[in-house]
Amino acid sequence: MARVIVVTSGKGGVGKTTTSAAIAMGLAKRGHKTAVIDFDVGLRNLDLIMGCERRVVYDFVNVINGEASLNQALIRDKNCNLLYILPASQTRDKDALSQEGVGKILDELKKDFKYIVCDSPAGIEKGAHLAMYFADDAFIVTNPEVSSVRDSDRMLGILSSKSRRAEQNEEPIKEYLLLSRYAPDRVKLGEMLSVNDVQEILSLHLLGVIPESKSVLTASNSGVPVILDEKSDAGQAYADIVARYLGEEKPHRFIDEKKGLFGKLFGSK
Amino acid sequence: MSTDSQQNAHHLPVLEFKSSTFSVPVLVLTSNDIIAIEQQLQEKIHLAPEFFKNSPLVFDLQELNKHNLDIDVSRLATLIRKLDLLPIGIRGGAAQQNQQALKLGIPVHSGQSVAASSIQKQQSPEPEPLTASTMLITHPVRSGQRIYAEGDLIILAQVSAGAELLAEGNIHVYGSLRGRALAGVQGNTEARIFCSDLQAELISIAGNYKISEDLNDAVPNRRVQIYLQNHTLVIKDI
Repeated sequence: MARVIVVTSGKGGVGKTTTSAAIAMGLAKRGHKTAVIDFDVGLRNLDLIMGCERRVVYDFVNVINGEASLNQALIRDKNCNLLYILPASQTRDKDALSQEGVGKILDELKKDFKYIVCDSPAGIEKGAHLAMYFADDAFIVTNPEVSSVRDSDRMLGILSSKSRRAEQNEEPIKEYLLLSRYAPDRVKLGEMLSVNDVQEILSLHLLGVIPESKSVLTASNSGVPVILDEKSDAGQAYADIVARYLGEEKPHRFIDEKKGLFGKLFGSK
Repeated sequence: MSTDSQQNAHHLPVLEFKSSTFSVPVLVLTSNDIIAIEQQLQEKIHLAPEFFKNSPLVFDLQELNKHNLDIDVSRLATLIRKLDLLPIGIRGGAAQQNQQALKLGIPVHSGQSVAASSIQKQQSPEPEPLTASTMLITHPVRSGQRIYAEGDLIILAQVSAGAELLAEGNIHVYGSLRGRALAGVQGNTEARIFCSDLQAELISIAGNYKISEDLNDAVPNRRVQIYLQNHTLVIKDI
């Protein structure tokens, strides 16, 4: 059965698109046919992070409006032939999306793909609502600071009351916490919330901690998902997250200041 | 509210009973002179025709019955309908008047009836059960969510900052309470709040509230109850 994963947060700038790109690539690299959809109509970024911005012909809104077929709009990734990207439209706004249209596209994708990753826009309005509405699993990306945590909490409330699964009284969406931009040294100084603080407020299953890392910015600017940078700590963190999501047991890393054995071997930044 | 629990996966509920209060104009009669009533009622309606048009109306015969002035209920109902008002209840009527009203399809509102005869007791609607059902929530209540319980409300998880609990009865929270909790929202001053970890933004019982700044004395991670004493909220360890 195909699974629809929404990457969401409520707050902007916490790393939703970086995370969407990384986990979609991670899932595809492990042999699962994966599609990643940019729901941020009007502020499209995923194509840049995935490095396919020069190959966009048709987009999500074209497919919804019937101006292009899904196959025409899907862009195959250069690094992994099991990964496809459906870019957002840059010239339209969120109103161009309709629940019916999104549902139809997801149903069509489900026939062919194992995982469908939905990159949600910030906020709780239409775009974010449609990104999460059909989800089976939700990755809540949170930064260790109070406003991000509260917005995530709000988003969790929406997931549990306004999604399709909630409306049809099905099994609720599975929710996972991804704590990004984590800096253990700043936690120690009391400048940042700790993993435990965030978990206490959100009481959510922690899928992984992504450390604050220069490699994320480098990867974004060069259009290569950070998970492909196997030497970087952020890349390894995302690889762990994908493994845990697929059911593997992996001890949490990057929570403490001292480098783990793996980090020492590879000299993480 | 489709928040939680008890919903059976086999069938979706298509209806539910809710208790609501409406404000309805009551026509209190002090004379049984139908012609005078018609005249004065017309004058009143003339002052605000839009307000009265098709407005529901309860007529009260208590004053008449106090002075043993009888009135023909069916004639009165016809008159009310003629003036584009919709009689939806009789109050304070004698047994025979109530029976007459019921025959016309007008419900009897008990409570202030002068003639509390046995017949009328049988006819008055079943009293609402004293204990409205308890609502049980097993998942965390998130920021921005709002839960309203007509009776007691029991939460077996945490209540996040920015969430709001409202109950006509008591509120129990067996997790951290970081949001708002308002018990006895319909004015029940006997309602209480019980929680195992008080970090609330606001607590209120029957409209008497305290905000988080006033809760400084309350130590988190201790089981407490909150109740009303002389219009002041009291927080006590359990």
